Amino acid sequence: MFGKLTLDVIPHEPIILGAGLFMGMCVLIIVLALFYFKRWKWLWNEWLTTVDAKKIGIMYLILALIMLLRGFSDAVLMRSHLMLSVGDNMGYLPPFHYDQIFTAHGVIMIFFMAMPFMFGLMNLVVPLQIGARDVAFPFLNSFSFWLTAAGAILVNVSLVIGEFARTGWLAYPPLSELAFSPGVGVDYYIWSLQISGLGTLLAGINFIVTILKMRCPGMTLMKMPIFTWSVLGSMILVAIAFPVLTVTLGMLGLDRYMDMHFFTSDFGGNQMMYVNLIWAWGHPEVYILVLPAFGIFSEVVATFSKKALFGYTTMVWALGVITILSFIVWLHHFFTMGAGANVNAFFGITTMIISVPTGVKIFNWLFTMYRGRITFSVPMLWTIGFLYTFVIGGMTGVLMSVPAADFELHNSLFLIAHFHNTIIGGVVFGYLAGLTYWFPKIFGFKLNPKLGKATFWCWLIGFYVAFLPVYILGFMGMTRRLSHYDAAPGWHPLLIVAAIGTLIVAIGILLTVIDIVTSIINRNKNLDVTGDPWNGRTLEWSIPSPPPLYNFAFTPHVDSLDQFWEEKQRKLKGNLDNNTHKYQDIHMPKNTGVGFVMAGFIFIIGFAMIWHIWWLAIVGGVGTLASLIYRAFDYETDYYLKAEVIEKTEAKYLSRKQQ
Amino acid sequence: MDRIKSLFFIVVVGCCVLCLGGCDLPILNPKGIIALQERNIILVALGLMMVVAIPTFIMIFVFVRRYRESNKDAKYDPSFTHCTAVEVVCWGIPLIIVTVLGIITWVTSHQLDPYRQLDSDIKPITVEVVALDWKWLFIYPEESIATVNFVQFPVNVPVNFKVTADAPMNSFWIPQLSGQIYAMAGMQTKLHIMATSEGDYRGSGASYSGAGFSGMKFVARVSSRSDYNQWVSQVKATKNVLTGGEYINLIKPSFNEPVKYYGIVRDKLYDDIIMKFMMPGVDIIKNHSDEMDMSHKGSM
Repeated sequence: MFGKLTLDVIPHEPIILGAGLFMGMCVLIIVLALFYFKRWKWLWNEWLTTVDAKKIGIMYLILALIMLLRGFSDAVLMRSHLMLSVGDNMGYLPPFHYDQIFTAHGVIMIFFMAMPFMFGLMNLVVPLQIGARDVAFPFLNSFSFWLTAAGAILVNVSLVIGEFARTGWLAYPPLSELAFSPGVGVDYYIWSLQISGLGTLLAGINFIVTILKMRCPGMTLMKMPIFTWSVLGSMILVAIAFPVLTVTLGMLGLDRYMDMHFFTSDFGGNQMMYVNLIWAWGHPEVYILVLPAFGIFSEVVATFSKKALFGYTTMVWALGVITILSFIVWLHHFFTMGAGANVNAFFGITTMIISVPTGVKIFNWLFTMYRGRITFSVPMLWTIGFLYTFVIGGMTGVLMSVPAADFELHNSLFLIAHFHNTIIGGVVFGYLAGLTYWFPKIFGFKLNPKLGKATFWCWLIGFYVAFLPVYILGFMGMTRRLSHYDAAPGWHPLLIVAAIGTLIVAIGILLTVIDIVTSIINRNKNLDVTGDPWNGRTLEWSIPSPPPLYNFAFTPHVDSLDQFWEEKQRKLKGNLDNNTHKYQDIHMPKNTGVGFVMAGFIFIIGFAMIWHIWWLAIVGGVGTLASLIYRAFDYETDYYLKAEVIEKTEAKYLSRKQQ
Repeated sequence: MDRIKSLFFIVVVGCCVLCLGGCDLPILNPKGIIALQERNIILVALGLMMVVAIPTFIMIFVFVRRYRESNKDAKYDPSFTHCTAVEVVCWGIPLIIVTVLGIITWVTSHQLDPYRQLDSDIKPITVEVVALDWKWLFIYPEESIATVNFVQFPVNVPVNFKVTADAPMNSFWIPQLSGQIYAMAGMQTKLHIMATSEGDYRGSGASYSGAGFSGMKFVARVSSRSDYNQWVSQVKATKNVLTGGEYINLIKPSFNEPVKYYGIVRDKLYDDIIMKFMMPGVDIIKNHSDEMDMSHKGSM
């Protein structure tokens, strides 16, 4: 009846059990609070069914922050375990548990922290930057989010019901095949990534269409804000790369469920094919994450240097070159597979070439600051921290792109330090800069700059203390994914330093949480009534904070790159005050719960497939199809927001501004 | 602000000095000709990149300091958003560095291709390596001996490793002697090395292969030729025989396997470990010489 699901699958280990209980408690508290404050209706009407990109963006951000806490707890567990697990001491995590933790850490940080963080910022900013009222397909947007959330929930369910994969975050076969991983861990991995990957692909298409088709009049491609450009590049990568992931995991799934042999050692399976395919997705994936971060830095550096971005055209071309090149470098992840000198050299050189446009971007940010007027606000600090950190990360990356050097550095902790250097120094710093930068726009009040600065210094110092020793450990020949090591090679002191660094970052994360909570409590002191707290340059700052449901009362017209800045310079008032037009009814999409329900059914399919509960999978499938048909025949999907309502809202904003 | 900054630099620099001063870094301290060349490439590449990185670091610091808002002496020119000369330099310098590095890459990828036979007049020793769950099996086909989690070879003699796996994918690595190569079931990769000084070197699996992965380490002992010969005869004298049946026992997953020696090894064991994935009917337990006899009888 329940497939492989029995009561025995609940883990008995105290640490896992404790984490599970804690998670259960949190959910219980939220549920009780919703009953106590009678907020169920509000939750359903305002959030679960919303198709407003701004609200979906906020939900993505909440998901990302929760997953950051989960992924970071994994990091703390690993670092503290490695600090202890030397010589005769076996630490406190058996390999069975430790190996799940490092797999979950990678999967959660990439798929359920970084990706939702990126989509959150995109949802909040891209429509505002291009003068649009919403994304191209609002319903699809809601569905995409709930698919991502379903995948994230599935990963976390694995903590209390069953186990997660013990394979590393890319689940290389044959280790991930039934022969070596007979449990449900790899199935959790496959289904959570398939479900969230589908959400990512749909969101990618949504944003490509939004950016190409929904820009306001006058905004040609070369007048588009650079963040929007970076998102376009990233989403093109999503649309091309994610199908590869889906197919690859699909084939691994067929191996596991239907006894096929795509990647097994025997019967003609080819494990090298999996490694190629997963990196054909995996390498573009890191650029999917980092391109929007580059976009954020470009916006931040221009705003806080009070100067337009240096070499905009070059920046756009550099972005384009990176987008294309990111598809022809995947083999540098496995120079040591024995491909031969010509192949290795080719992929080594293409990898190095990527550093050219990336270097150009660094120089352009530098020359944006040149002859500028730099204010050291929190987003700008993140940017300066990024410049230093990313140059180091880029350098170690180019070093490893030389195959002969990579033979000695591959799979060592040097590699671990390198990609954390680029992902923390590039992606995380970028998204945190973006969060502080756009926070007042999204919520209508600023974060606390003092706490923000403290957060920044904790992250920066913590990062270096945590990862410089890891670089050195690489040179000492320590390999990744070890759960225990000997005292002889002398790794122990450095691992203690690394653990201290992790603790400093932990303080930074704690400060972020405190910052957000106290800023919400004291929001009335930090209100942003102008809608333009940073003296911004692009259209999103021309409208009130937080933006009204319809974003722009009048569709803006654009004739230059930094439209809002130019308008301010010409002493013209923004579109907002330009009351010569008459307000008109605005065409809006209606909220719908179908996205939420459909993703719920897909979650059921995933869970049922993992546990081989075939009847439940059929129920989920029928439910998904039924919701789809229901949506297809739902003709009342839109409405008109009346001109009077808009007039009232705008008047309220205007009076607030004049106070 | 400034105080925090200087504190930060002290912490970072202090950490670096402490770490580097107190550690012995095997990869930067190679003991074989391949590892030595690979170390040199690492240093050359790092040096080349410093040509761009150091000026960039200085520029970031100078620009950020000079154009801070409180410094009213600095020129403010918001129209400086394009300059062809600057952009030519921005693209040009990285392009030149990458071209140089690209040429180095092309040449060294061929020179240090792990499949390339080393140039030496001395007859190389062949060692067949099998990654198992979770130990390393070394077979010496010329001597018909085998070892587990220990490998020995003479100094200044080329060693040809042939590498495969009878377990999940792994990577065979002796950091001080050469870079690593993957070990994959049903396939063979090759690694050619030569040690230049005697000693015991740490070797391990580098690619995670399951619960016992942390214990997949071994000692690679480089000795004089005479010590090596003596060791071989010692191993030959041990009574252990690596028959097909014994091999089936050996491949059962085990943690932190102690060193083992086998004085005799089943004929063509290594070939059959690979071939059993490639075609049905390869029977490890059956001895090859029996099979040969059978086929002879059949043909008669």
